[in-house]
Amino acid sequence: MELVTTQGLVKRFGSLTAVDGVSLRVQRGEVVGFLGPNGAGKSTTMKMITGFLQPDAGSASIAGIDVAKDPVAAKRRVGYLPEGAPAYGDMAVGAFLEFCGRIRGLRGGRLNDRLADMVDAVALADVWNRPIETLSKGFRRRVGIAQALLHDPDVLILDEPTDGLDPNQKHEMRALIRAIAPGKAIIISTHILEEVEPVCSRAVIIAAGRIVADATPQELTEPTGKPSAVFVTVGSREETVVSRLEMVVKGRVEIIERFDGSTRVVIHADGTTPDPIGLAAVLAGSGLPIEEIGLYRPKLDDIFRAVTTGGNPTLH
Amino acid sequence: MNASLATVGIVFQREFRAYFATPLATVFLVVFLAVASGMTFFLGGFFDRGQADLTAFFFWLPWLFLVLIPAIAMRLWAEERRSGMIELLLTLPVRTGELVVAKFLAAWAFTGVALVLTFPLWATVNYLGKPDNAVIAGTYLGAWLMAGAFLAVSACVSAATKNQVIAFIGAAVVSFLLVMAGLNLVLGALSGWAPAFVVEIARSLSFLDHFQRITLGVLEAPTVFFFVSLIVLCLVVNTLLVDLKKTV
Repeated sequence: MELVTTQGLVKRFGSLTAVDGVSLRVQRGEVVGFLGPNGAGKSTTMKMITGFLQPDAGSASIAGIDVAKDPVAAKRRVGYLPEGAPAYGDMAVGAFLEFCGRIRGLRGGRLNDRLADMVDAVALADVWNRPIETLSKGFRRRVGIAQALLHDPDVLILDEPTDGLDPNQKHEMRALIRAIAPGKAIIISTHILEEVEPVCSRAVIIAAGRIVADATPQELTEPTGKPSAVFVTVGSREETVVSRLEMVVKGRVEIIERFDGSTRVVIHADGTTPDPIGLAAVLAGSGLPIEEIGLYRPKLDDIFRAVTTGGNPTLH
Repeated sequence: MNASLATVGIVFQREFRAYFATPLATVFLVVFLAVASGMTFFLGGFFDRGQADLTAFFFWLPWLFLVLIPAIAMRLWAEERRSGMIELLLTLPVRTGELVVAKFLAAWAFTGVALVLTFPLWATVNYLGKPDNAVIAGTYLGAWLMAGAFLAVSACVSAATKNQVIAFIGAAVVSFLLVMAGLNLVLGALSGWAPAFVVEIARSLSFLDHFQRITLGVLEAPTVFFFVSLIVLCLVVNTLLVDLKKTV
């Protein structure tokens, strides 16, 4: 079932078009990683889906409810962590979460049960009675997540949920998101790309207010479904490495990294199946000091850089 | 409708408690009571008047409100904007109007607490003589109503900015004009060039005029109507401002 639908969302701030026609469908069970450089329009899109900002054009709906037509009903179905995890700093964690729960219509035993669940889910027991302004960034973020999860919403919109968490906390946060994912539609914005592969079932890359790529993380890094290149590390930093390689191998040679006394290059198989073992045999006779050979898998970083700077248009 | 009343109640509770969670409440109440008593006894000549009434206290009240009410109201919306809480609040399943009303009522209740705490003055005049307690009670109600009008105006200004200092100064200036509207200073400046009806409108806006009528005796319907409609108008504008200026 489609829980989040946006149709041609547009938002302008003065002469700047922050979001320029974003259409998105998210089903139950999907975790969508919303990626993009700073200022690409991720947060603005999220603000329109959650009903904080009204779009200048287009529409958003939550579980079939148009956010502009019935905002209160739509907001009831959403849990939202705004950027920076805002909260009332002078309130204790428990009192703040109770306030959010009561506003969301939770009462009595159900409210207490959910609060207790949140204590366990994001580990808040130690800070329950402390004012939020005295907490570390990581704990504040967790309070924000707890607030978003409190009413067990169908749709979760999390703006940079792992920002400010240490590696252990990040790991726990990802585990938590994976655990709750099956019953919900989740949209997570992030600029940390390693986060996408372990957590998200889908990556949507947005640049200059437009969606430039929308696929699974695997499809993004391997558009053909299998590796298409071989990397070779040569124990030399000389400029001639590329030309010497090109004399012995078929395919395009591209330097991807230079470090210490070595050069790492990618040899694109260009349509044929890459064959590192055969290549090793060929290179052994070339006299080049070969250190490593392996199948090349581009990192999401590279894809991200390519599509957000207008490099590779073939990933749509 | 029930659901929305529940929301107002929950937000009201949180807001009202928030005053006492920080030193704000204590500082405000101490300053209010100290300055109110100071003005009553020294500027108002409480004892010299030789009359058992609270005129000396009520006479200065509009001027005290003029400074202190913007101080309560400045954080109402400016602080929500600055902290980003406004984004969370407005994505909770609530209507903006419910938040506006709840925040206003909480601040108004707080000014009510401040007024109630001046009861030793009332007790004093009862100890010293036989005041007309009905007039005093009516004047207290009128004073609270006027405080509400100051608050609603100040909350409106707070909704237009995320800077508390601007919210305070803006609210104080608007409040000052409303208090002064009935004095010759303002009317004289207007009467030279503005049509007579504009001068009349300015005069009718004067908090001072309305409040002086309250201190003389009974709460009159036109005065109550004036303050209540001003409060309602400001709350409506406040709601529009919050909805329109989300990304200040």
